[in-house]
Amino acid sequence: MLRKESSAVLLVCAVFSLTVAGVARAAEGDAPDVQTIVTRANIVAYYQGDDGKATVKMTITSKAGQTREREFIILRKDVVDGGDQNYFVYFQRPSDVRRMVYMVKKHVGEGKDDDRWLYLPALDLVKRVAASDKRTSFVGSDFVYEDVSGRGLDQDTHELIETTDAMFIVKNVPKKPEEVEFSYYTVAIDRKTYVPTKMDFYDKQGQLYRVIESKDVKVIQDLPTVTRSVVKDLKTGGQTEMEFTNVQYNVGIGDIFEERYLRRPPREAMR
Amino acid sequence: MIVFRRIVPIHIRTVVLLAMTCSAIVVAQDEQVKSDPVREFFERFDTEYHGFYEARAGYRLQNDPDEKDMSIMEARYQFDLFSMRDWGDIKVKGDVYGDGVEEKGVFDLREANLFMRPTDSMDVKLGRQVLTWGTGDLIFINDLFPKDWQSFFIGRDTEYLKAPSDAVKVSFFMDWANLDVAYTPEFDSDRFISGERLSYWNPVLGDRAGEDNTMSVERRREFLEEDELALRLYRNIRNYELALYGYWGYWKSPGGFNEAMTAAVFPDLYVYGASIRGTVGKGIGNAEIGYYDSVDDRDGDDFLINNSEMRYLVGYTQEIARDFTAGVQYYVEQMLDYDDYENNQPAGMPKRDEFRHLTTLRLTKLLMNQNLSLSLFTYYSPSDEDVYMRPIANYKASDHLAVEIGGNVFFGDETHTFFNQFHNNTNAYLAVRYSF
Repeated sequence: MLRKESSAVLLVCAVFSLTVAGVARAAEGDAPDVQTIVTRANIVAYYQGDDGKATVKMTITSKAGQTREREFIILRKDVVDGGDQNYFVYFQRPSDVRRMVYMVKKHVGEGKDDDRWLYLPALDLVKRVAASDKRTSFVGSDFVYEDVSGRGLDQDTHELIETTDAMFIVKNVPKKPEEVEFSYYTVAIDRKTYVPTKMDFYDKQGQLYRVIESKDVKVIQDLPTVTRSVVKDLKTGGQTEMEFTNVQYNVGIGDIFEERYLRRPPREAMR
Repeated sequence: MIVFRRIVPIHIRTVVLLAMTCSAIVVAQDEQVKSDPVREFFERFDTEYHGFYEARAGYRLQNDPDEKDMSIMEARYQFDLFSMRDWGDIKVKGDVYGDGVEEKGVFDLREANLFMRPTDSMDVKLGRQVLTWGTGDLIFINDLFPKDWQSFFIGRDTEYLKAPSDAVKVSFFMDWANLDVAYTPEFDSDRFISGERLSYWNPVLGDRAGEDNTMSVERRREFLEEDELALRLYRNIRNYELALYGYWGYWKSPGGFNEAMTAAVFPDLYVYGASIRGTVGKGIGNAEIGYYDSVDDRDGDDFLINNSEMRYLVGYTQEIARDFTAGVQYYVEQMLDYDDYENNQPAGMPKRDEFRHLTTLRLTKLLMNQNLSLSLFTYYSPSDEDVYMRPIANYKASDHLAVEIGGNVFFGDETHTFFNQFHNNTNAYLAVRYSF
């Protein structure tokens, strides 16, 4: 949305969120400050459009070379740009988790936990999932929950440590280091598109141990979109590739984030 | 359930099981096998075909004078067909298995239903289906859909605890609340413990009994006459899920005896209840209550029929460390009209307590990139002084192949209590499943 810098779009943004409008204005200047950069990168990475849909294929490869696959359809609808949003994940592979649904109502803000539900079709069971450590592996992959749904900007302090021809390099230090396994991470953000292209995580000893790279970026409906990203865990030797296909924005996702659709997803979530 | 007696000759069954297991493993390791003619056949009709092959073997860990040593021995194939049409969805899921303990072949149709979304505010599901609601974890107050306790205790997959209903479920979605109506035209009882596979406390004999003394039961089979109606009215307020429930039917497992005491019966039962579930602190809390109106013994003075009861449940689940979740529940069954029950109970019969207290603890730890799951579910009743433990270790060796080891452990003080009556059935099992 922000890339179309027409005044009409700006006006819509301003109505929804003053922060976002502020970001857009600042982006027109020459030297955006670090808060502007991370806010805009967060929008590009997690809040493109008002809603979005994609088919995600994950390939998890162990150090020994054994692979496992996960395939799911993910639907997202933003409640507030840069703030709360809802996710609906419909699993297709592997077959033992097929037709399972995972639903998250993400809440952004200090001390707010997400609401999560899981539907198990064989038992017709709607389970409430206890809000968990967001640094936990997502479906057994090398990605953690925060990689998939975003890490709250207010959880880190941000510092612009380098500006190259193409990238802003931002260093992020957690405000509560005891809650995470890293001491800090750096993000390389594309100066033109604000797409985060590489994240390097350093452990408590200052050693690089985890790298996430955006391998393919496509422009879909005028919105720059990461369509392939890879995370490598340098300690375990494992890696996971995540590939997005059938990406669509502003599809008009309705109020599907409720029990009715957990038990029977809407058609658009199933194919 | 359709049963084919002795289609699996007794001496071949172990060989068949082993062969199935080995072939499943071979297929699983041969990742090149991608084309499946059966799947291709169904895809031609826009139908998804999935399922699994499974071998499961288990033994009692002690001698049971009333049952075989073998607690479970089966080779199972499940097919799952699903087709989305313009007007709705069709689902058919069934299990075919050779049962080495009972020496028979079984076809168990688990689901065969049509789903339609005729208007924006209405869903309909018609046919054989698995139905679940309520907030308890392996404790059910307002979920009066049929359970298969036999499968649960002998070590089948937890999926089989829920037996299917032949029902129509209509859901209405309104601004102020949602309403589910589940109508079962012919009473679907639990697949209860009858002595066939598990030794149990037989109150008529006043002793534990097994396959030689299976419980005789007067079934209810009058279509449209002996029916069940279950309602749930629910809404979500700021992510707290509130629900009211009603049920008009029968005790799901035998809740009494006929006058000659020759057969167990399913007396009339109405249930009214409520529940709430939502975030509490760092975890999820739930509370549920139900009033069991035992219509045929409202005064509580008929010793042959269950008294009315109140049932209460509170629970809490929290992730206590990374990939390690703990859940606790406290559950109480309160017999109403207890004085009448006591005064009318024949001498010599063990008396129930007025209050049955039950606690549960679930611990689940995921390891090895969440491919290994270790879980322990424990029921402990301080009033019955008995315990039931379900340890399960499940390892996903690949996307298709899973291996599971588990057990069902019962112990306690008195032979007739709810869990300790099954003491001699304490068993351990091993299963291999290939999913496709």
